[in-house]
Amino acid sequence: MSETSAYQGATATPYEPGFGDYVQLLKPRVMSLVVFTALVGLLVAPVSLHPVEVFSAILFIALGAGASGALNMWWDADIDRVMKRTAKRPVPAGRVQAGEALAVGLGLSGISVVMLGLATNVAAAGLLAFTIFFYVVVYSMWLKRSTPQNIVIGGAAGAFPPMIGWVAATGSVSVEAFLMFALIFMWTPPHFWALALFMKEDYHAAGVPMLTVTHGRKATRAHILAYTILLVPVALGAAVTQIGGPLTLAVAVVLNAGFVLGAVRLWRRDEVMAEADNYAAEKAFFRFSLLYLFLHFAAFLAEAALKSVGLGGW
Amino acid sequence: MSFRPEHELHKRRFSRNLGVGLTLAAFVALVFALTVVKVKRGDPMQGYDHVVQPSSVPKEEVQP
Repeated sequence: MSETSAYQGATATPYEPGFGDYVQLLKPRVMSLVVFTALVGLLVAPVSLHPVEVFSAILFIALGAGASGALNMWWDADIDRVMKRTAKRPVPAGRVQAGEALAVGLGLSGISVVMLGLATNVAAAGLLAFTIFFYVVVYSMWLKRSTPQNIVIGGAAGAFPPMIGWVAATGSVSVEAFLMFALIFMWTPPHFWALALFMKEDYHAAGVPMLTVTHGRKATRAHILAYTILLVPVALGAAVTQIGGPLTLAVAVVLNAGFVLGAVRLWRRDEVMAEADNYAAEKAFFRFSLLYLFLHFAAFLAEAALKSVGLGGW
Repeated sequence: MSFRPEHELHKRRFSRNLGVGLTLAAFVALVFALTVVKVKRGDPMQGYDHVVQPSSVPKEEVQP
């Protein structure tokens, strides 16, 4: 075989992954939420960092989140292939080999933890390492396929970024950092269970024991309401701490009233009503949950900005 | 024998390699910027260089 024919033979290669395929491994959409909440955690902290340190800290926290996303795709490729929502991810779609996802995930985990430690402090790096471990081992490998409470406990992984941001600035955990963590932690179950209500077939087909699959939809609606009510004191509590103020409290009152009303509406509906309007209320609640979290953290940021000009805060 | 570097395979690999190259260059630039910031913000440092430095010698208390 000549070099030319060998070269031409290479054209039969099914797919050569591009740079964008590897970027997709890092779940860029999830990273955007991590970047935003970590940035808020860092900027509302009472200690200020140099802009280069802030940029580095956020970049490496996001990279750590991306790394855990890649490791999750490596582990969950079999169920991602079954679910419509995840079938187009790089590994189940065959664009990137599972082994490559593992290598990217492990490599970026190491880089992100070490670099966050060098850019800020060891406590923040340790917390990032624990978050990656929690998401990959505790959630992906253990809880996700074994208990309907997977979302509840696994939600902690997504709740750590603002705490890591705070620790990156201050070097320690405080009640404010804990409440920002708790806000996302308590918000995660209603957010994902609302999604599961109108994506039931996906989880069912993959055999993931979502609450909708194991306990039925009526129980899921009750759980959404319970967690939404439990979320209220956390949100209001955060608004009366050092990171809160009148603006944050007003935003928290309005958002929580809307969220609880939405949850009550879901609780009072049954499957016949939901099927009739193609899960309009469930989809609306899911969209509102995204706005809820974004506006809460935006309010913390706005309060910090107001404080810097002598307004806002308690 | 001909070699066609503009082949689709090369194009695709070029974009990937360019992406990795730019990412590494950005990483180096970031580490450099971070180093500059850390050094500038650190406490003034003075290493021993075998030269008498009066500023380093503790001042003796002057008797009245």
